[in-house]
Amino acid sequence: MYLSSLGLSHFRSHRQARLTLDARPVALSGLNGAGKTNLIEAVSLFSPGRGLRRAAAQDMARRPEALGWKVTGTLQTRATAHEIAFTSEDGAARQVSIDDKPASQVALGRIARAVWLVPSMDRLWIEGAEGRRRFLDRTALSFFPYHAQAALDYEKAMRQRNRLLKDHVRDPHWHGALEAQMARSGAVLHANRQATVDRLTRAQAEAETAFPITDLALVQSEGELPGDEAALRVALAGSRARDMVAGRALVGVHRTDLAAVFAAKGVPAAECSTGEQKALLISLILANARALAQDEGSPPLVLLDEVAAHLDADRRAALYDEICALGAQAWMTGTGPELFADLGPRAQHFAVTDEDGESRVAPVA
Amino acid sequence: MKHDKDIDGLIALMARLPGLGPRSARRAVLHLIRKRDQLLGPLAQSMQRVADTARECLNCGNVGTADLCAICADETRATGLICVVEDVGDLWAMERAGVFKGRYHVLGGTLSALDGIGPDDLRIPQLLHRLSAEHVTEVILALNATIDGQTTAHYIADQLEHRDVALSSLAQGVPIGGELDYLDDGTITAALNARKRF
Ligand SMILES: Nc1ncnc2c1ncn2[C@@H]1O[C@H](COP(=O)(O)OP(=O)(O)OP(=O)(O)O)[C@@H](O)[C@H]1O
Ligand SMILES: [Mg+2]
Ligand SMILES: [Zn+2]
Repeated sequence: MYLSSLGLSHFRSHRQARLTLDARPVALSGLNGAGKTNLIEAVSLFSPGRGLRRAAAQDMARRPEALGWKVTGTLQTRATAHEIAFTSEDGAARQVSIDDKPASQVALGRIARAVWLVPSMDRLWIEGAEGRRRFLDRTALSFFPYHAQAALDYEKAMRQRNRLLKDHVRDPHWHGALEAQMARSGAVLHANRQATVDRLTRAQAEAETAFPITDLALVQSEGELPGDEAALRVALAGSRARDMVAGRALVGVHRTDLAAVFAAKGVPAAECSTGEQKALLISLILANARALAQDEGSPPLVLLDEVAAHLDADRRAALYDEICALGAQAWMTGTGPELFADLGPRAQHFAVTDEDGESRVAPVA
Repeated sequence: MKHDKDIDGLIALMARLPGLGPRSARRAVLHLIRKRDQLLGPLAQSMQRVADTARECLNCGNVGTADLCAICADETRATGLICVVEDVGDLWAMERAGVFKGRYHVLGGTLSALDGIGPDDLRIPQLLHRLSAEHVTEVILALNATIDGQTTAHYIADQLEHRDVALSSLAQGVPIGGELDYLDDGTITAALNARKRF
């Protein structure tokens, strides 16, 4: 899938921007602060969720006016084209419309897919499990549009149970009823995550790639995760007394972590060099995109913020080759056009500049 | 705009009704005043009567104007089936569909630790009492497909485990989080006919 047009109105540093596009990768170059990340943040809205900065709608409104904003695009999918619009008025939550009809995030998730890699993920392997879990769940959501609902259900049941724990309510039937809900949605989450890890593993194995293969595994921050819904229920019930002391659930899928190992070296990702860690992430993003291309019949939108900067020249050339082979509309940013010279006519090039506090986007011949 | 104090008061009260805002409340009040004899007078009397007599059915929690609601007072509805719903709006939705011939039990909410609603705040003990008192053979759980609704369903199922009654739940043609009151009659009928053992 690709965007054949993109319009930004009062979105962050962009007052008005309009891009006409074809299916090729998009190279955005410009100085620090020009508005490149803002532009691909707008593109990231095309997949369900809060976008690549996980920002609230009101933060996306252009300052100082801070009135509201609009992002529109024509998404070309295998079957057809959709006019998609995101609007937020007066700091209110954003509204999605597909072909001029109000639509839900779930409906959006059924037609649009985007995967991304941004500099804030550089520390993914060395920081806390939460970031990796979020990465895992976003990847799972790209394969399973209903993953978000299971996550919401799990969260909701767990919050209710945590309240019981904190209030020292001991009614075993009430606990049991909530644990049954947690087990049901938790089993779905776990199955999706496991399928995601398996799918990424297969996609990496099948690809001709210059990027290192990552061995992935789901691990628990403590003990083992019970295999299925029934076992999960038993485990939660068994943990009740301990949980009551802690005031929260100590077992469950909210404590799952994603373990990654640089396969060729047998070294855990956290112990790899900065460049190697980045390469592992690129490898996973490409695997995600390839798997979606295969399963859905067309590659997702791929957003790579400042990806060129961390790669040596050979790796960079390899990345461009692989993206072109994948046929994805990959949006890449960099501080200078020379970073994208290798792409040549295989990509569409744009320059992003700051003109008196207003971002401008112009095609480069 | 300067109005009469009483009329302003009436508008303010009307505007608090669900589905009405200040604008529609003003229109409604104006209409009532114009139709004073046909509408306003009878409405006021009717409201007064209901205000004096409305109460919750002691048996099932439905609203009525007597201690026993019309459904609980009707012997032909003692079919041995009880349909458990969250609130009166859900009961009315089931009645509108017109397929269910048994009696109801209105919980008056769902279990929610976060909102401080526990089993004792719902009519669960009364439900257990009714099982033997009314020779109940089947309890149908018609709770919403939300996490709180399903938690409550589970809780009740747990309580009925060693009782000699069949337990079923509405077939989930009901969308996730879809509330009974918003479903059309056909969907409710289909969900009831295709109910499953819980
Ligand atoms: N809501 C907003 N309204 C106006 N300007 C904003 C808003 N949010 C961010 N900005 C500004 O937009 C500018 C461009 O930000 P952006 O992150 O897109 O830069 P960039 O081109 O990616 O730069 P870098 O190369 O440093 O990553 C920044 O100066 C930032 O302060
Ligand atoms: Mg940037
Ligand atoms: Zn009654």
